[in-house]
Amino acid sequence: MTFRSFAIAQAEMHILRRNRWLFMATLIMVLFALALTFAGSAPTGTLGVDMLTISVASMTTLSVYLAPLLALMMSFDSISGENDRGSLALLLSYPAGRGEILFGKFMAHLAALSFAMVVGFGTAGALAAYYGGAGSESLIALGRLIATSVLLGAVFLVLGYMVSSLAGSATAAAGASAALWLVFVVLYDLGLLGAVVIDKGGAFTQNIFPWVMVANPADAFRVWNIAASDTVALTSGMTGAASALPVWAAPASLLLWPVLGFVMARAAFQRVEP
Amino acid sequence: MMDSALCIRNVSKFRGKAKVLSDVNLTVKAGERVALLGHNGAGKSTLIKLILGLTGISSGKILIDGAKPGSASARQSTAFLPEAVSFHPALTGREQLKLFARLSGGAKGDVPALLDRVGLSDALDRRIGTYSKGMRQRLGLAQVLLGNPKVALLDEPTSGLDPISRQDLYAIIDELAAQGTAVLIASHALTEVEARTDRIAILRKGEKVADDTLAALSASAGLPTKLRIRANADHADEIARTTGGTRINGASVELLCAPDQKMHELRRIAAMGDTVSDVEMTPPRLEDLYRYFAKGDVS
Repeated sequence: MTFRSFAIAQAEMHILRRNRWLFMATLIMVLFALALTFAGSAPTGTLGVDMLTISVASMTTLSVYLAPLLALMMSFDSISGENDRGSLALLLSYPAGRGEILFGKFMAHLAALSFAMVVGFGTAGALAAYYGGAGSESLIALGRLIATSVLLGAVFLVLGYMVSSLAGSATAAAGASAALWLVFVVLYDLGLLGAVVIDKGGAFTQNIFPWVMVANPADAFRVWNIAASDTVALTSGMTGAASALPVWAAPASLLLWPVLGFVMARAAFQRVEP
Repeated sequence: MMDSALCIRNVSKFRGKAKVLSDVNLTVKAGERVALLGHNGAGKSTLIKLILGLTGISSGKILIDGAKPGSASARQSTAFLPEAVSFHPALTGREQLKLFARLSGGAKGDVPALLDRVGLSDALDRRIGTYSKGMRQRLGLAQVLLGNPKVALLDEPTSGLDPISRQDLYAIIDELAAQGTAVLIASHALTEVEARTDRIAILRKGEKVADDTLAALSASAGLPTKLRIRANADHADEIARTTGGTRINGASVELLCAPDQKMHELRRIAAMGDTVSDVEMTPPRLEDLYRYFAKGDVS
């Protein structure tokens, strides 16, 4: 019965609105997107592309960091916080299954995240298009950026639920979420970079590296946005690795991760004894 | 026994190697109010968790209206009031209760009427974060009344309630029982449970050491009835000597006697005539019983 999931989602939406999370997430997205769009608009003339394209390229880099961060901040205390407060036992005594509860929370958090992404990137994109022009290709790139950012957020929402279930308390979950963010967004790439440098263009760099890279949802997000648009790739200067992969690799990774993450989060939640 | 709304059979629970519950049997029939007493760590909360299906049974069997703990049907027919109940502070009372009503599916209670029933109608649209502890407890009680449960489990329901709210609480418990709900109340508040329950079960270190009506428990424990005799003038010493009691102040003598010796003692005191001005009789209270069974002290 997804009816129960909707009931949970509605209550979670009330909470996100009341504790200003919806507002804060949207504000953060708008501010960062605007700042990057206008600070990064200088190379328009030299590259011969419209301002929206530049803006999308800058916002892609931004979203790699910000989408996982916002998602984790929403989700890290969703299980452990309820357990700390002591309200989880009561919730679990109701007929709603653990999967339904998790899915309800996921729907609400994803809706809030989508709202923030659409408003943030949308505002910046609209302003960039107004001042610096936009073509059909750059509009599609903007749409793709929003959609993939939501997907990337979804990945880290479910990973956040998993961490929240495994951690003993909300404080521990916060620490584990920060570590998760650091590993996926920063350390993973650094590790790969190190491996490539050591390998000096050998078999690893040629055949394995692109796949290992795209297995990370944050990199899959980057590759998808860059590979799909020549102009975005041009402005971001990242074409090499992406071109070594089949077109479906990055989308497959980014679409598979939320499902896989949800299954893992569900399994972790099963072990929680309030 | 099959008509029992709640049936616990030979249930044991291990946490690691420690035995938290051992071979517990307990049944609660529809409309029956049973108090579950025990010290902290006696296994009350564990037993409730087992009934709710929140943790697995090591051995034995629990049936809630014929269904296994944690099954959809069992959760449908169970209502639960956790100890020191808490809710998300950002939701209002109305929103929280509406969520529970929708989660329980089935029969939907009238949310404002329910909140009115527990005396929260003024706080309907205020955030739970602004509620006092007593108000949160009332909200917890309101969700117990949702959807006519077959079994209600109340863990320390009086904690945080002022005396007037306690009266309301027991009125609601009586109402639940009257509509056929089997009520299990885990409590320390011995004096209150006394008059308000049909049966008392006592847990000690994971074992059920008593399970009967208050009267039957008193008889089996053989706890003494206390007689306090007030003497006229200076007869206190004399009375103490003849009855074998102890002087507790200038004019009173206290005497302990076994339940079956009570009438005999009373006749003896009555025969003393004018020297006695008053007799006060105190039957063993629940506290005494509890101490007797929970400490396993065989006097």
